[in-house]
Amino acid sequence: MSNPLISARGLTKKFGDFTAVNAVDFDVAKGESFGLLGPNGAGKSTIMRVLAATSQRTSGTVEILGKDPELFGPLIRAHLGVVPQQDNLDGELTVTENLYIYGRYFGLSKKFIRNKIEELLEFAQLEEKRELKVEALSGGMKRRLTIARGLVSEPDILLLDEPTTGLDPQARHILWDRLFRLKEQGVTLVLTTHFMDEAEQLCDRLVVMDKGSIMAEGSPASLIKQYSSKEVLEVRFGSDRNKEVAPQLATMCERMETLPDRILMYTEDGEKLLEKITHAGMHATTSLVRRSSLEDVFLRLTGRTLIE
Amino acid sequence: MNAGIDVPTVERFGALYIASARLKSMSKWRTIIAAVDIGNPLFYLIAVGIGIGVMVEQGSGTSGTNGIKYIAFIAPALLANTAITGIMDETVFPTIEGFKWRKLFFAQNSTPITGRQIAIGVYLAALCRALFAVIAYYILLLAFDVVNFGISILLVPIAVLGGGAFGALMLFAAAKIEKEDQFFNILGRLVIMPMFLFSGTFFPLTSMPVYLQPIGWISPLWHATELGRESAFDYGISTTMVVVHLVFLSTLLVIGLGLATRQFERRLSK
Repeated sequence: MSNPLISARGLTKKFGDFTAVNAVDFDVAKGESFGLLGPNGAGKSTIMRVLAATSQRTSGTVEILGKDPELFGPLIRAHLGVVPQQDNLDGELTVTENLYIYGRYFGLSKKFIRNKIEELLEFAQLEEKRELKVEALSGGMKRRLTIARGLVSEPDILLLDEPTTGLDPQARHILWDRLFRLKEQGVTLVLTTHFMDEAEQLCDRLVVMDKGSIMAEGSPASLIKQYSSKEVLEVRFGSDRNKEVAPQLATMCERMETLPDRILMYTEDGEKLLEKITHAGMHATTSLVRRSSLEDVFLRLTGRTLIE
Repeated sequence: MNAGIDVPTVERFGALYIASARLKSMSKWRTIIAAVDIGNPLFYLIAVGIGIGVMVEQGSGTSGTNGIKYIAFIAPALLANTAITGIMDETVFPTIEGFKWRKLFFAQNSTPITGRQIAIGVYLAALCRALFAVIAYYILLLAFDVVNFGISILLVPIAVLGGGAFGALMLFAAAKIEKEDQFFNILGRLVIMPMFLFSGTFFPLTSMPVYLQPIGWISPLWHATELGRESAFDYGISTTMVVVHLVFLSTLLVIGLGLATRQFERRLSK
């Protein structure tokens, strides 16, 4: 990758004896939407805090916008937008006050911020809430305001840590739409998520993380192609019988995962496989044929599901 | 890159941006702050002026207080204590809120603003609150005819210096602690209360047994009180002791602020 905006080599972060991030390498190119996918505790947020040029790494090298964040923290942070996992807005201040005060921390002129606020309120669909105290906003609105706040300085890179965790489906879809617009405008996005649908929707390229290490890297489609089959057949025989029938089912497909509540069978043609099972005299209580997803990639790589 | 971003200006004025944001938050509580900062001294002046003071003077005249009316004797102490509690409110709570409850400091630190600037900004805003409380108190002292307007105006900066010394330590302590509930218990019962009682507040420190006097020596309240008494009524303290008091308070302030800024940087970069 030529001239990446972010480049990490052997990035390691330890808290006492615990290694939260273990020698990870990755680059992020300009205009790219890059994701860190993994379960809670995989080390995603720790990486994000290092990329935000605040948290100090234990070892390895990191360059953000061509500079070492430990030496040029303020200069790098001037061109980042940060959306943390937990909204850290000032609840006592209003929507516009939050945006205005934050903008001042970048040394932006009052005039620039005032104009920017109008644009951001529209972007975050908060025009009618502008004079409300932040405490009075819903979870989805607070999230959109936190993102708007991260955009007040027109950052070169927007870092989003679990942008939609804790939101209801409707609020998530509104947020995805907003993030997709930013992507279209060419803003470089780096986001963490443990939702595979979010990663598929928003990321051009992603790394799959587990226990502080990178397990795989690629576009969502290429990861699925490389680590999973085209289709997945999910069958349930009831929790007691799943284990009984598993050995027999295993002989009928390329690969199989037995989860506590269901069995996932990896195949090129799910319907055909289901027929085969029925022919063999096994009758699933429920069955579902679907396309492979990043969830399957994660399961293949780690033997575990993303949300446990 | 956004050409409007101005990092050198933030490097210079960042702490003031933080202070002004803190003052903005405080201003949302202005009615309560004003009620506390005016009501509190009012209660004390009434209770001591027409209650305890009268009783003390009936008992021993003003012989125990170098010839000063009892209410005037304790006024500099109350003033310094007001600065101390005011600055404590505005350092301890915002700091714990900033690191833990709402994590506002982490938001501020996601910009060119540094941990050091956040610490100083919070501290400056707390000093403003202390200054407001002390001025309000001083005006009441004038209104109640406890002190005469003039050189006694020095009571204001002295009280703020005393509060500032204590506040710098509180800023550090609040940034250091992880479990705030225990901290509040210890702070209130084992630090604030004894300091208030044993710092020569209600009686000269020398009238206490010598083994209790060290509480006063290390207490910013005692040093500020002695300085205040000297400035308000020529209490008879030697120049050497005036210097000692000033040096003690300034040193505490500088050390506290140094520790606090370092702790802010550390905790934010974890």
